[in-house]
Amino acid sequence: MVNQVLKTILKRVLQAIPTLLIVVTFTFILTRMIPGNPAQTILGPQATAESIAAMETKLGLDQPKWVQYIDYVLSVLQGDFGTSYSYDQPVTELIAQRIPATLQITIIGLLIAIIIGVCIGIFSALKQYSAGDYIFMVLALVGVSMPIFWLGLMMVKYLAVDLGWFPVSGRGDGSFGDLVYHMVLPCLCLATIPTATFARITRSSMLESIHADSIKALRARGIKEKAIIWKHALKNALPPIVTVLGLQIAGCFTGAILTESIFSWPGMGTLIVKAITNRDYMLIQGAVLFFAIVFIVVNLVVDLVYMIINPRVSYEGGSK
Amino acid sequence: MANNTATAQAKGFAPEYDEELLKRERKANSAWSKLRRNKTAMVGLVIVVVMILLAVCAPLYTQITGFQFNKIDPVHGYLEPGTVVNEGEMAHILGTDKLGRDLLCRLLYGARTSLIVAFGGTIVAGLIGALLGLIAGFFGGWVDSLIMRIMDGMLSFPFILLAIILMTVLGSGLFNVILAIGIGSVPNFARVLRGEVIIVKNAEYCNAARVLGVSNARMLFTHILPNAISPLIVYATLGIAGAIISEAALSFLGLGITEPTPSWGQILYSGKDVMSNHPIISTVSGIFILVTVLGFNLLGDGIRDVMDPKMKK
Amino acid sequence: MSEHVLSVKDLKTYFHTATGIAKAVDGVSFTLDAGKTMGIVGESGSGKSVTATSIMRLLPQNGKIMGGEIDFDGVDMMKLSKKQLVALRGNEIAMIFQDPMTSLDPVFKVGNQMVEMICAHQNVTKEAARAMAIEALGRVGIPNPEKRMDAYPYELSGGMCQRVIIAMAICSHPKIIIADEPTTALDVTVQARVLELLRELQRNLNTGILLITHNLGVVWEMCDDVMVMYAGQTVEKAETKELYAEPLHPYTWGLLDSIPRLSDESKGMLTTIPGVPPDLRLTGECCNFCNRCRYAQDICRTSVPPLVEVKPNHFVACHLQNGTNKLERIITREVETEQTNREAE
Repeated sequence: MVNQVLKTILKRVLQAIPTLLIVVTFTFILTRMIPGNPAQTILGPQATAESIAAMETKLGLDQPKWVQYIDYVLSVLQGDFGTSYSYDQPVTELIAQRIPATLQITIIGLLIAIIIGVCIGIFSALKQYSAGDYIFMVLALVGVSMPIFWLGLMMVKYLAVDLGWFPVSGRGDGSFGDLVYHMVLPCLCLATIPTATFARITRSSMLESIHADSIKALRARGIKEKAIIWKHALKNALPPIVTVLGLQIAGCFTGAILTESIFSWPGMGTLIVKAITNRDYMLIQGAVLFFAIVFIVVNLVVDLVYMIINPRVSYEGGSK
Repeated sequence: MANNTATAQAKGFAPEYDEELLKRERKANSAWSKLRRNKTAMVGLVIVVVMILLAVCAPLYTQITGFQFNKIDPVHGYLEPGTVVNEGEMAHILGTDKLGRDLLCRLLYGARTSLIVAFGGTIVAGLIGALLGLIAGFFGGWVDSLIMRIMDGMLSFPFILLAIILMTVLGSGLFNVILAIGIGSVPNFARVLRGEVIIVKNAEYCNAARVLGVSNARMLFTHILPNAISPLIVYATLGIAGAIISEAALSFLGLGITEPTPSWGQILYSGKDVMSNHPIISTVSGIFILVTVLGFNLLGDGIRDVMDPKMKK
Repeated sequence: MSEHVLSVKDLKTYFHTATGIAKAVDGVSFTLDAGKTMGIVGESGSGKSVTATSIMRLLPQNGKIMGGEIDFDGVDMMKLSKKQLVALRGNEIAMIFQDPMTSLDPVFKVGNQMVEMICAHQNVTKEAARAMAIEALGRVGIPNPEKRMDAYPYELSGGMCQRVIIAMAICSHPKIIIADEPTTALDVTVQARVLELLRELQRNLNTGILLITHNLGVVWEMCDDVMVMYAGQTVEKAETKELYAEPLHPYTWGLLDSIPRLSDESKGMLTTIPGVPPDLRLTGECCNFCNRCRYAQDICRTSVPPLVEVKPNHFVACHLQNGTNKLERIITREVETEQTNREAE
């Protein structure tokens, strides 16, 4: 089976390369289509025509488009995502600076969501049609129906400003305790929608799993109910949950982009939004490309986990 | 010869009684009746209908109260809920915004914008996506690979980033938002439909039809399309829910619907910097979004349960 | 200590649906002795599988046992607690299902599942359980049992999966094995081997086997006694030899006649029983077979025929056959067959 796994890894990696190329091309074309002249934006409205022209040459904007494209692709392959116009720093450096903050709230938020969401889902499946099940599922539906940035606004206003339970903004003064204190609201905010999603998918997957024929046969063999639920039914229910996990990682990052500014959390989100306002091609390209690579890798890992927990899949040569 | 059922007096074996049971069964199993039994779906339907009615009847509100969604009153600016500006006029139930416009009025007109964007974007995505999915699934081979590779590429972007970039390229405005959300949602529809086409294509009865010599196009329309429609409807309904949030998200970033056109997202955006003093603007607009999206989600879930309970959630 | 290992009296299992109550099992009684095989025969929907699941108390949510007694080895099964039932299942009563592939958990190795089951019922270490499992696999005729322990169910064929399940069943020396169509999903050659295996086990362990099938050939080969079910009720019950020699119920005739024979001289159509089984929500008012029975009389359509012991250990539920209104059946039956043959030519 190890051979199968290695073969599939290789296959997926090779498949990912043209996808990445398409992503790079997409990003390049789209960012070039953004109206406005970056040279102008950087120098400001007072700039003279000559200085604009000089800046354009400096930025390489006077080259024909296809030359710019080749240049970009080549440098990306070498790990150079270009230099941000507005910050005057290499894009990779900027990303490296900002990404830890985003990762902090995203990863913690996701962990909270998985643990709580899956537990709620299992409980709801076991106690189907009970009052608890009903309440949880209604809450979960409300959870997936709300805009995350609205939730962030509500949290800051009512929990931080009005009630004063949590700090209003920022990342704290550097000490660990203060950091955690500042992280609570953003993490909870980011975790809410994924928790609801996990609860729903876990519930439906567990229900399907519990009613499968193999569970009936296991019961007929006299296996204890606890083992049937937590060992057999749960493992059979995992594949869709893992798939959703992959999607939720993407969702968490998007949530971060939208809500970081509300909490004044200095992460990737604020970086990207500013980049768009400044027409900072390189930064936009770099950030988007970075996200795309992350997701492709994440999806690959998800596929692998899927294969490991569901051996039949690797036998049949592929998931989905 | 044998005595047959026509003369059977026994209750269970009279053909008329069988008919009645059959009729009862058929009625109980029809899609609409199943949907009606699903209470949560009905709640969703009610919410959706109410919201659509509110949007449609927005001008009625203007008629009754005399408030307009675009009449600026900078003198008064922000007003608390319940304030009466002039003697004899109605009170501003939810107060006013920065430019003195009645909030409830803007929310009602905003409903129109948000719903139009949501429906429009979903229809665009549905049509293009369905077409691509049909082509990819039906023809297979390199056509399928090409289309799906592009779809995968698009799916590598988080939806919001894709929409953001599209908006910065196209510029803001109602039509562009519809386009951005529509294009961004294409891959989902394409994937779903392609999956359905492949399932149906390989099903036994399609082979049977092919053996009988039915032409490709005819098979496409009479066999494949009707079966693929059910998941399409479900994903469209859920897609509308997502589109409402996407519009709000884009407007929240300042990229979607901009002044003076009201939309729920735009109103949320306009209220985000004054949360301390005037929280009602963002709070209520968000609640409108929440309730409407909830309604569509309930309805979509209900339709899915009715049409095919085995569909993956 | 009762003489029968399993004794079922007047079992009633109903399913509550949105459009009515389906009487899947409506007053069924039979007994099973150690070392003997009892066959339950019937078409789809006759209630034979539900009878088995009722005994194991593994009914789905909308199914309920509405009445009757199930006595296992002197224990009233209806009075057992959940915990006691779980201890009984797989241990003293084993059940084999129709589809061997879905009877095993697809995401766990075969060995893992066997060890799990052995440890659930016996107080042994994992290593000891593993050794027992390998030995059991060998006994059911699986080649290279040690290697098979590490296989996943999808890597085995249907026949092998069924043997694995039988191996698991014998590990605990059950008093009875309930086999619900154990060979229906298998090839004919594999069928024969699995049945042979069951017979061998019965010889060695003196297990009682409750064999549920729609295949009359299997019944003839395997069963000492047989019960014919139709629409949730018993229509005939006797020793196998007796049933095949002198069947009494018109439905049984129909079943036996529908088996195509190599020696058939007629080159006509296959014999079938015209009509369809009744809707289980409407049964219980009269003889369930009356709308398909060519001998049906008024009494058949107005009252339920009781199950009567017409000959020693030969029961039949038919108004016309239970002694009150005897049909000239054998002659009639042969005449009918001849007539059918002539019509076909």
